[in-house]
Amino acid sequence: MTYDESTLKQLLADAEEIRGRYPVERSALLPMLHLVQSVDGYVSPDGIQFCAEQLGLTAAEVSAVATFYTQYKRRPNGEFQVGVCTNTLCAVMGGDEIWKRVSERCGVGHDETTADGKISLERLECNAACDFAPVMMVNWEFFDNMTPETALQLVDDILDGKPVKPSRGPDAVPTFKEVSRVLAGFEDGRADQGPAAGEPTLAGLQSAKDQGWKPAKGGAK
Amino acid sequence: MTELAPVLSAIWDQDKSWKRDTYVKSGGYSALKKALGMEPNDLVQMVKDSGLRGRGGAGFPTGMKWGFLPPDDGGPRYLVVNADESEPGTCKDIPLMMANPNVLIEGVAITSYAIGCNHAFIYLRGEVVHVYRRLLQAVREAYEAGDLGKNIHGSGFDLDVTVHAGAGAYICGEETALLDSLEGRRGQPRLKPPFPAVAGLYARPTVVNNVESVASVPAIVNNGVDWFTDMGTERSKGHGLFSLSGHVERPGQYEAPLGITLRELLEMAGGMRGGKKLKFWTPGGSSTPIFTDEHLDTPLDYESVGAAGSMLGTRALQIFDETTCVVRAVTRWTEFYKHESCGKCTPCREGTFWLTQILKRLEAGKGTDADIQQLLDTCDSIAGRSFCALGDGATSSIVSSVKLFREEYERHVTEGACPFDHAASALFDYSSEPTTEEAHA
Ligand SMILES: Cc1cc2nc3c(=O)[nH]c(=O)nc-3n(C[C@H](O)[C@H](O)[C@H](O)COP(=O)(O)O)c2cc1C
Ligand code: SF4
Ligand code: FES
Repeated sequence: MTYDESTLKQLLADAEEIRGRYPVERSALLPMLHLVQSVDGYVSPDGIQFCAEQLGLTAAEVSAVATFYTQYKRRPNGEFQVGVCTNTLCAVMGGDEIWKRVSERCGVGHDETTADGKISLERLECNAACDFAPVMMVNWEFFDNMTPETALQLVDDILDGKPVKPSRGPDAVPTFKEVSRVLAGFEDGRADQGPAAGEPTLAGLQSAKDQGWKPAKGGAK
Repeated sequence: MTELAPVLSAIWDQDKSWKRDTYVKSGGYSALKKALGMEPNDLVQMVKDSGLRGRGGAGFPTGMKWGFLPPDDGGPRYLVVNADESEPGTCKDIPLMMANPNVLIEGVAITSYAIGCNHAFIYLRGEVVHVYRRLLQAVREAYEAGDLGKNIHGSGFDLDVTVHAGAGAYICGEETALLDSLEGRRGQPRLKPPFPAVAGLYARPTVVNNVESVASVPAIVNNGVDWFTDMGTERSKGHGLFSLSGHVERPGQYEAPLGITLRELLEMAGGMRGGKKLKFWTPGGSSTPIFTDEHLDTPLDYESVGAAGSMLGTRALQIFDETTCVVRAVTRWTEFYKHESCGKCTPCREGTFWLTQILKRLEAGKGTDADIQQLLDTCDSIAGRSFCALGDGATSSIVSSVKLFREEYERHVTEGACPFDHAASALFDYSSEPTTEEAHA
């Protein structure tokens, strides 16, 4: 492994904390793979070796797991993972057109990275936000109700190095490495940023309030 | 007219609704204190009596599932919350945990106490970082307040909670694949039996429950069984989140008693977008056979939806109007199943591949009438012959759409192209070029 001393020290401390969360240490593998992505920007050969040593597995065993999951990247990833949902609901609501324009603007296709290393582009499966269709995700933060115009502005801003703000998420989207660290289970102090909900999330509650409905005894017949 | 019943969604519009303080001010964590003063078995009985059924899709009675755990043998037993929410159309657990993670944590604590679990896990899909942040914070705040940890509120009950992020794989929502994934392996389904109740996480007795199921427990403890059973229908009790998406004026989360109808929900949601006509919809996500406007008055409970030929599933109502090409919709769902098939069994791995090939041909207007029959035959060799329910689910929209819209498949063949203008279905204006050559993943 080629990690320098301070990186390795931090990795070891983090790995120890991750292992401590589980009664059986192999369970630490998924978060640990997120952790190595937070250092290397992908699941590197070093990262695989590190996980293997930490958990008493072979490198082949670690690789077999890493390749099963789409969030683990086998090549150095862009600073921003940009996804356009093209599952049925979003696709029909305009996601296909958004994908086409975004892909043209970035000059790359699915699972490819721009030459400047800024954006890795991806066609997403349903991201559990269909009531906000069409949906995009940047580093797994929600960008709701997109149009071709807002989508192109978003990728232009990223390519220009400007901070971008999700609809439901932190004040600005952190880098791929930073969110990978969160996915390894380490808080980043951003939980209180952003709203509780978007408008569709509150649609039913609002409607119930307008009507004066409450789920009181017998009230919800 | 059925009235909406905001229970889980009740505080989502409050300032910083995700904070523990907000939750406590509206009565949060009082059910935990009450539960800790009860006998665990009485809690299990209470949930049985409430009739609460699993909200993750299959609708299995929650209290009965808890009751299946073998007697205590002194070793560990686990609660694993399924927060993988990845079924196309399903979008209820994620906003729930974003807006109020604490109700889930309280449900986890009560459920764990009821089943004798001292270490619970929440398996969250990895593609929702902000939800993970809020869950991690809610768990930390709960430890700090003594709602989790050692000797909770002096009860002698200990509970640790680990929130675990997945890494992108729909199949990990299937409960046994989830357990393998949580054990640090490829997420592939296990042979059942043994069921998780007997040999689940680390081969120990385990309850796997959906987020919404577990989050429904605190209100039952607080308000009682009668309050819960007052809502819903004969065998589908209580409230549930109905997620409307697609061509409706106000898509979103509508929490209502089970048994509400789409007609009623549509009225609350402002009707179809632009007054257009409803064409087809999924009652419970992409794995459930599609419905049409003939099912507007079908009560959305387990029995009625089942009797009408589909499944209540996750109450993911994806609504498509007359501008939508059903062949396009079904093709896209099928590509999803092909992509997500874990590859463990041949009918699903090979079958979803062939289904995709045939459907893409048909959608592009290059198919033949024989292809339509070939589709149905291929579905026949997948449904009921696959290792897990993903394979069955992959065939649902195909078989139901051919039954309901066969002439539309045939038009693709006779006209040699898709007869629909895709731009007409979108939420924004654009002019669509002939779109047979869309980039596909
Ligand atoms: C392919 C597949 C995906 C699934 N995805 C989910 C999911 O994301 N969330 C969920 O709660 N249940 C999901 N399920 C259902 C689970 O296997 C299981 O029935 C459920 O978590 C049990 O919880 P409940 O009884 O509280 O509903 C899925 C099932 C299959 C076959
Ligand atoms: S049905 Fe599909 S997802 Fe399920 S085990 Fe077989 S290959 Fe895997
Ligand atoms: S289909 Fe795009 S978020 Fe569900």
